[in-house]
Amino acid sequence: MDNKLLKINNGQKIKLADIPHFSFDEFYEEILSLALNDYYIVHYFAYEDKGKIRLVAVLRRKNWLFVGISDTPEKYPALTCKCTKFHMFEREIAEQFAIKPVGHPWLKSVRYHANYLGKEDIFGNDYSEDIPGRYEYYSVEGEEIHEVAVGPVHAGIIEPGHFRFNCAGEKVLHLEIQLGYQHRGIEKQILNANKKQLPVIIESIAGDTAVANSLCFSEAVEALANIQVGMEAKKIRGLALELERIANHIGDLGALSGDIAFLPPASYYGRIRGEFLNMLLAICGNRFGKGLIRPGGIRFSITDKQKEEFVNRIKKLKSEIVHIGDMLFNQAGVLGRFESTGIVGTEIAQQLGLVGPAARASGILYDARYDLPAGVYQEIPLKVVTEHTGDVMARALVRYNEALQSLDIVETLLTELENNNSYKHTEFELEPDNFVVTVHEGWRGELSHCIITDSKGDILRYKIKDPSFHNWMGLAIAMRNEDISDFPLCNKSFNLSYCGFDL
Amino acid sequence: MLFSIIKNRIEQGYRTSKYPNEEIKLPERFKGKPEINSNCEQKIAELCASNCPQDAIDPKEKTIHLGKCVFCGLCEELSNGSFIKFSNDFELAVTDPEQLIYDGMIEKLEIHAKKHFKKLFGRSLQLRQVSAGGCNACEADLNVLNTPFFDLSRFGIQFVASPRHADGIIVTGPVTRNMKKALLKTYEAIPDPKIVIASGSCAISGGPFRGNPEQLNGVDGILKVDLYIPGCPPHPLTTLHALLTFFK
Repeated sequence: MDNKLLKINNGQKIKLADIPHFSFDEFYEEILSLALNDYYIVHYFAYEDKGKIRLVAVLRRKNWLFVGISDTPEKYPALTCKCTKFHMFEREIAEQFAIKPVGHPWLKSVRYHANYLGKEDIFGNDYSEDIPGRYEYYSVEGEEIHEVAVGPVHAGIIEPGHFRFNCAGEKVLHLEIQLGYQHRGIEKQILNANKKQLPVIIESIAGDTAVANSLCFSEAVEALANIQVGMEAKKIRGLALELERIANHIGDLGALSGDIAFLPPASYYGRIRGEFLNMLLAICGNRFGKGLIRPGGIRFSITDKQKEEFVNRIKKLKSEIVHIGDMLFNQAGVLGRFESTGIVGTEIAQQLGLVGPAARASGILYDARYDLPAGVYQEIPLKVVTEHTGDVMARALVRYNEALQSLDIVETLLTELENNNSYKHTEFELEPDNFVVTVHEGWRGELSHCIITDSKGDILRYKIKDPSFHNWMGLAIAMRNEDISDFPLCNKSFNLSYCGFDL
Repeated sequence: MLFSIIKNRIEQGYRTSKYPNEEIKLPERFKGKPEINSNCEQKIAELCASNCPQDAIDPKEKTIHLGKCVFCGLCEELSNGSFIKFSNDFELAVTDPEQLIYDGMIEKLEIHAKKHFKKLFGRSLQLRQVSAGGCNACEADLNVLNTPFFDLSRFGIQFVASPRHADGIIVTGPVTRNMKKALLKTYEAIPDPKIVIASGSCAISGGPFRGNPEQLNGVDGILKVDLYIPGCPPHPLTTLHALLTFFK
């Protein structure tokens, strides 16, 4: 299907003037018809340029990204009514720039903060009041109906969020997830921040995704500042991203097992997760890979001694992971709880625009490392891991098989490493009036950053999209008609980010 | 099936560390307690201070603020170790905010551990964790204390679900405006006497979000903090050392 948007590559610098600029009506028709076909939304956000508000849409299809800019009315008929993929994006735009999507089926604030323009609030919230403000919750009525409210402070060491279950007995009719408690205003803070602060702020968007976030940031800056990065640095970046993926996938498999009270894998995988974090620690001094990746390259090399040690450790860990996996996935009790729990069908996953392991578990064949490869991933042959049942079992299996695949990638990268990485701390100047979007497959799925610069080369808009922005709705849907006691299990099978979503 | 469980059990063996009875050496690149060369050239100290992403360095006094520092090591890189060098000593926690301004000397935490806390909580310490805008790295490395390697509960220290069961809170994150109320309510629900621990750069100073109007620059502004654990995030051993030294 042809389209009027500009076709771009992942991480390609584009002059703002080269991006097609539409009237809103034309833009509306175009992005709607594309999103109703097999295009997916990577970004849909507003920004302010010389007093004018503009909308940007970045869509993807197969190996390409497509971008277009439009004028903005103060209100317009909500795209969400016709295409669910826009649901959260339109709420975010309404919250940040007070543009009203009229008829939006559930127009409430996303993160609970005043809009960027000081305009009248769309939702009627008074932000001098503490959260939760004046919003309603989706409610079900009837004699046997009851509500369960959980959070923001949860039972364990977890981030805050509010979950409202509408139940008939044990059965969940609907789950509404209200976030925003972690909102730090990062996108806004970046505009006022000193350049030297940026890498550290970026690494604190979501600590468990620090590598993927700093990778998206660094590649975006490198594109706009015309900085070339050597192959060795790219390899170590990929290696770090895969270590991040393995650590989180393995840790979550352990946690899933713990949630159904099958404790051996919970203990073993919990410990093994730490082994991978410790490899990051050995490389850069931080268990989450903070401080490793900077615009221009990577700050630490891997020594020959480390290389040898890591290869040996990974060989041993891989066999342990497989042995534990065999025990986990062959246990009747485990299958009984994992199978047919929290199902998200392929069609619904497509309608919601799910990404990452959650989407692949529902049979969607999309992995940014394969479809929109950047950096070292252009050189790595990858088989996209999928399942088709869309239940907890499928999500667990996708993550298990991806972890095994990542172990092979890490091993290959380590053996190919040549150790001539050179990095020097440098300052960067961004090219004025330009646009770039970078995409990486974080362990939760498609992570994307987008930078627009102004005529002085300052950052005019910094947009961050965590995969969780797409996927929280998937969890809500997975819970429909499930027992409320299966919530922890379903939740852990997605394990979405609160802080990455809240920004 | 039972056979597979036993086989795995044998393969995994016993993994719990002997800390604190046996020392643990962290990798060379781990950035723990900094060493400061106060005789370093002024120019170099100023270069480090002006490039520090957290503005944690005072070049005149030659100090580094451990509550603002995110241990990225840029100052060590720029000064080539001639001004600041990070050792792999993970014992970083302090009780007095003044002590966060670090000139190369930290008084031993033991000296500041209050006797009545030890008497009250030494045998059993139950903590409620509140994440108030954290990036989930601090939270993750607190969770790790429950894995077999650290096995926190062998010391009688546990994280509990209800503040009613807790002796104190351990806060992560800069305290976002949207979490202030929930944090205070959790604190109020804890029976007296209670303690407050600020874990990580964000909870101590606001960390990378310092000055941002959506947060409160750490816990200090709204609650009296008894124990500060620096790091971004603090290494699990930093936390373990702090808890054991302060309470046991």
